Amino acid sequence: MKLNKQQTTHPLDDLLRIDRIPHIWCPGCGIGTAFSSCLIAMKESGIDLKKTVMVSGIGCSGRGAGYVNLDSYHTTHGRAIPFATGMKLANPELNVVVFSGDGDLFAIGGNHFIHAARRNVDLTVVCVNNFNYGMTGGQVAATTPYLSMTTTTPMGNPDTPFNLPLMAYASGATYVARWTILHARDLTESIEEAILKRGFSFVEVLSPCPINYGRRNKEKPIDTLKTYQEKTIIKNDAHPTELGIDFDRGIILGKFVDTNLPTCSDRYDNTCRPKDLFEEEGEGI
Amino acid sequence: MNPAVLTGEHFMTGDVACAEGALAAGCRFFGGYPITPATEIAEQIAERLPEVGGTFIQMEDEIAAIASVIGASCAGVKSMTATSGPGFSLMMENIGLAACTETPCVIVDVQRAGPSTGLPTQGAQSDMMQARWGSHGDYEIIALAPSSPQDTFYQTIRAFNLSETYRLPVLIMSDEIIGHISERVIIPEARTIKTVSRPRPKGRKDRFKPFQPGPNGVAPMAIAGEGYNIHVTGLTHDEKGYPVMTVEAQEEMMTRIIGKVSRNLHDIIQTESYRMDDAEIAVISYGVSTRTSLAAVDEAREMGIKAGLLRLITVWPFPEDQIRKLAERVKGFVTVEINLGQIHYEVERCAAGKAPAFLVGHPGGTIIPPDSVIETLKTAF
Repeated sequence: MKLNKQQTTHPLDDLLRIDRIPHIWCPGCGIGTAFSSCLIAMKESGIDLKKTVMVSGIGCSGRGAGYVNLDSYHTTHGRAIPFATGMKLANPELNVVVFSGDGDLFAIGGNHFIHAARRNVDLTVVCVNNFNYGMTGGQVAATTPYLSMTTTTPMGNPDTPFNLPLMAYASGATYVARWTILHARDLTESIEEAILKRGFSFVEVLSPCPINYGRRNKEKPIDTLKTYQEKTIIKNDAHPTELGIDFDRGIILGKFVDTNLPTCSDRYDNTCRPKDLFEEEGEGI
Repeated sequence: MNPAVLTGEHFMTGDVACAEGALAAGCRFFGGYPITPATEIAEQIAERLPEVGGTFIQMEDEIAAIASVIGASCAGVKSMTATSGPGFSLMMENIGLAACTETPCVIVDVQRAGPSTGLPTQGAQSDMMQARWGSHGDYEIIALAPSSPQDTFYQTIRAFNLSETYRLPVLIMSDEIIGHISERVIIPEARTIKTVSRPRPKGRKDRFKPFQPGPNGVAPMAIAGEGYNIHVTGLTHDEKGYPVMTVEAQEEMMTRIIGKVSRNLHDIIQTESYRMDDAEIAVISYGVSTRTSLAAVDEAREMGIKAGLLRLITVWPFPEDQIRKLAERVKGFVTVEINLGQIHYEVERCAAGKAPAFLVGHPGGTIIPPDSVIETLKTAF
């Protein structure tokens, strides 16, 4: 995309609901970067955007569906994936991208994530992971690092967080990657690959929440970005068990799974609608 | 390979008839989760959907089931799920999403006795108020109560037609007894079955407002992938579908989603009267309890008690006007239902003190015997 000094428009304007800008995201928030990466990836992938749908749940990242100028569905908390599953199975021609946050996808919606991955539903799931519930003011999430401060763990988080890529891998996802918003080019490339992948694809994006998470953990916005630069290691094909979130040891980024397996719809058609049976009998549909 | 409409004479359960009614109505997506006594609906439709070009999926829970159904409907496919009490409870939040986003879908509740796990294999009619008010916030809903397998077949078709016409979730409030009883079901020829599909937008795509109501209060529905670039949200939204967090937007949206039902009551409400012309006591009933009530009315008549039956086919919206008018001329009401008073209180509310209202109820697990109704008819008036 060429930048032109005279330009008064944004290169992604055609994919944005301009009449809904300004957005709700706070200064320093990383969702906008993750969202831009997602939109650029959609464009660059060459998929038919008329047949492309964004589905979100509830939360800051869940507002993504409200800003994209495509058919977009802002559903209930945690239920973006089963909603998207129904949509994809009802019309397999649609490209369905789920864009939502860690609280939505992995706490209240965790069960749906593992089952959609198990079935290999042909969805692209982009999870903006900011380690806390931002919209409600910074409560502990299923992704909050051990001992981190949040409003509901005032003495520090006694629990350990999920390793999301490991969960995706173990559940059967056919594409798994993790980046931070600082790695915007890699992130965009990964989302593009994920969109073009036939199967359940998962991209985790580590993203700062300076207002609610950073502030309580004495982490200035610039420090978060420095952490993303200094405490991350790019290691493609790393084993998912190595991918736990531990800033002392370093966070591993990269593409970890990229494989091809029949999708949920393929398997359904092959098992429940075998061609020979349908052809023998003549008309079926 | 069977056709979508199984024309012919069958001996089938209410649950199976429900699945066949759905297929005849054009249902091509079912997202389900097993639960007694609704499982047979999922089993029947799991076998039947692939051969008619549809898709069945057993989701990971009832929340996922209803979410998938709403998603499939937004993709343009007539969709249904079926459950019982515990699953119905889990579906409530997304029933609200369907109401708010005006997404057609059909939810079957084959009622069993509750609360909680209750009596899983035994019938009740105790989810009737949950059907009306189960999801948070104000909204209107349509609920139909079938009273036999044959009726289940027809009411399921009607549920889809109403759901598509008015773009809202429609509930079929069956029960374990109707779901599991086997009776004769006649399925007519496909060409004689009237099916309705949601209104669709016409004209310029850039000017389309997805929630701008048409003449009957219902907005044409664009589906995903048609190029309308619609936004659909469970937040309070304007006619463009955009979230607007104001009191005015809330009023406008609520007026629209409630008005669709309240302005079309004549089309939605269906009741059936039996020996009501000269009746002095109006027995009000629905679903399986209609059968008890019919027997009781006949027996009462033989005893010289002038009773009649008003069967509610549509339970929600409640036929308020009919009850109000009846209250002017009858000596009283007796509501027969397998719960400890749900529709009874609606009858009492509409009677507004002009005629006394009595309940013949039961906490669930069995049908109400006609004798209990006759006892009340004899002693209450």
